[in-house]
Amino acid sequence: MSGNIIEVRGLRTQFGRHVVHDGLDLDLRQGEILGVVGGSGTGKSVLLRTIVGLNRPTAGTVRVFGQDVGALAGPAREALERRWGVMFQGGALFSSLTVRENVEVPLRAVPGLAPEARRGLAELKVSMAGLPWSANDKYPSDLSGGMRKRAGLARALALDPEILFLDEPTAGLDPIGADAFDRLIVELRDALDLSVFLVTHDLDTLHACCDRIAVLAENKVLVSGTMAEMLRVDHPWVHEYFHGPRARAAMATGRAKE
Amino acid sequence: MASLPADPKLSAAVSDGALLLAGEFTVWTLGQLPPEAGAAYRLELSGLTRIDTAAAWYLVGRERQGAQLDGLTGAQARLLDTVRQALPQPDAETAAPAGWRRMLEQTGRRMAAALLFLREIAEYLGRFLAALARGIRHPGDFRFTSLVYHCQETGLRAVPIVALMSFLIGIVLAFQGAVQLRQFGAEVFVIDLIAISILRELGILLTAIIVAGRTASALTASIGSMKMNEEIDAMRTLGLDPDMVLILPRVLALIITLPILGLIANIAGLVGGALMSWIELGISPSMFRYRLLADTSVDHVIVGLSKAPVFALIIGVIGCHAGMKVGKDAESLGAETSRAVVNAIFAVIVADALFSIFFSEVGL
Repeated sequence: MSGNIIEVRGLRTQFGRHVVHDGLDLDLRQGEILGVVGGSGTGKSVLLRTIVGLNRPTAGTVRVFGQDVGALAGPAREALERRWGVMFQGGALFSSLTVRENVEVPLRAVPGLAPEARRGLAELKVSMAGLPWSANDKYPSDLSGGMRKRAGLARALALDPEILFLDEPTAGLDPIGADAFDRLIVELRDALDLSVFLVTHDLDTLHACCDRIAVLAENKVLVSGTMAEMLRVDHPWVHEYFHGPRARAAMATGRAKE
Repeated sequence: MASLPADPKLSAAVSDGALLLAGEFTVWTLGQLPPEAGAAYRLELSGLTRIDTAAAWYLVGRERQGAQLDGLTGAQARLLDTVRQALPQPDAETAAPAGWRRMLEQTGRRMAAALLFLREIAEYLGRFLAALARGIRHPGDFRFTSLVYHCQETGLRAVPIVALMSFLIGIVLAFQGAVQLRQFGAEVFVIDLIAISILRELGILLTAIIVAGRTASALTASIGSMKMNEEIDAMRTLGLDPDMVLILPRVLALIITLPILGLIANIAGLVGGALMSWIELGISPSMFRYRLLADTSVDHVIVGLSKAPVFALIIGVIGCHAGMKVGKDAESLGAETSRAVVNAIFAVIVADALFSIFFSEVGL
């Protein structure tokens, strides 16, 4: 359970004159669920996009499995991309394909995989993401927001990635749905030996799943550590975040569950 | 840690009905199984260094067929358990009717859909008329600014394309007519040919087709994107009637501007025809004007322009209806937009044919 599989060092991201990150360092360790929190506009999603290579950093390095993401190209890059799965905020499903076909898309890249096997595997992933059988043949427009996120998760899991990136997995879900999603993430991590990079606003999610928390503020990772460590930080924003009325409520339910 | 799964190795061998697997058994190597692997009743797995859910799915499937799995480590067995629990239970599917019955069913469904479409068009026509009546009774509810804006969008902005199209049609008619009529020495009748065909049919029909392409798609896209965004639902909750706010000004703007556009098309067509007659046949503009006024009844203009409001109503109602039918995804917006254009053009041509029959029956 040791070793960093993602290492971000000295990251600087800039759009025009707007600096989002400056001198940002972050680690994701093997097998952990890391929760990335921060106020709106602090660049949580931008950080995720930079790590998976959708944004090019202005300076600094992003190393995943010890390889510099920015320096890779061609087959090496593709091979790396197969080792992670990304779930975007709204699911980002292809709207002209059914849920099963969406999950089959990454599986189509596998050479020699028979169509029946592809179909069976897609159905397995849909089921693992907690969707009923009937969801297989539905189009994304027929699904609720929560189901769309689950379908997006199923697609992210299609190739058995080692790292799972989740962007606001519980945003817009009702508390029961969000709770179920939290448990699903932990279960999948335990069953599939995943490392999870989770961007969230949801304090309940932080309590329920995250092993470690990284707080983004002032253009960098201000602090990172366990929940207990977060509670002792006396930076005003961090203190407000983890000691506000919502945080206390989340903590109370977290204790009640244990 | 830094090894990439780019070239995973799986060795598989079948001996005495047992399948020996060693190496990495993952989604990438699932396709490398030998064809005779399906017949093995015992799977020896102690050589596997790594398995993933795809391999577990295969193994669980084989286990269900009665094969025996040997040599899994504890972690691998746990993964198999996870997959076993997650294995989807197919719902009982209703058997689809086969052969001619399916064809019959599809035909029936299409017919029902077509009839439903006509019913909905009638409903939207009714909603427009009801909104119009309400607008007349309560002028305060009427959106005058919106009407002016849509008159500008559908009318003024369409003038250049409509005028150019009609001008070119006039030229084509004059040119083709001249070639044919010259054989009989009846070149001078080219004026009647141009005047009657443009004033009675082509001017307004082609204008309506252009407007159907331009405006029906714009109506569907604008109303449809509002529908996608739940703006229409928001309007309803705020006590605004979408019929009054959206449909009435748009359709009314079309009804007002299409006759004007038709008139512009008529004039441009005659100008084009006169120009070509002058160049090709040497009929001077004053001669053209003289014969036009002497020979061509004003009935032709009346017949032509009387069709315009009906065409406008058809285009507007079909466009608005398609916009309201847009669902929550962008795909349906595109599909409805193209359907609106096709339906509007088709309906305009059908209406024109009906008008032709009607006018010839009443003798106009």
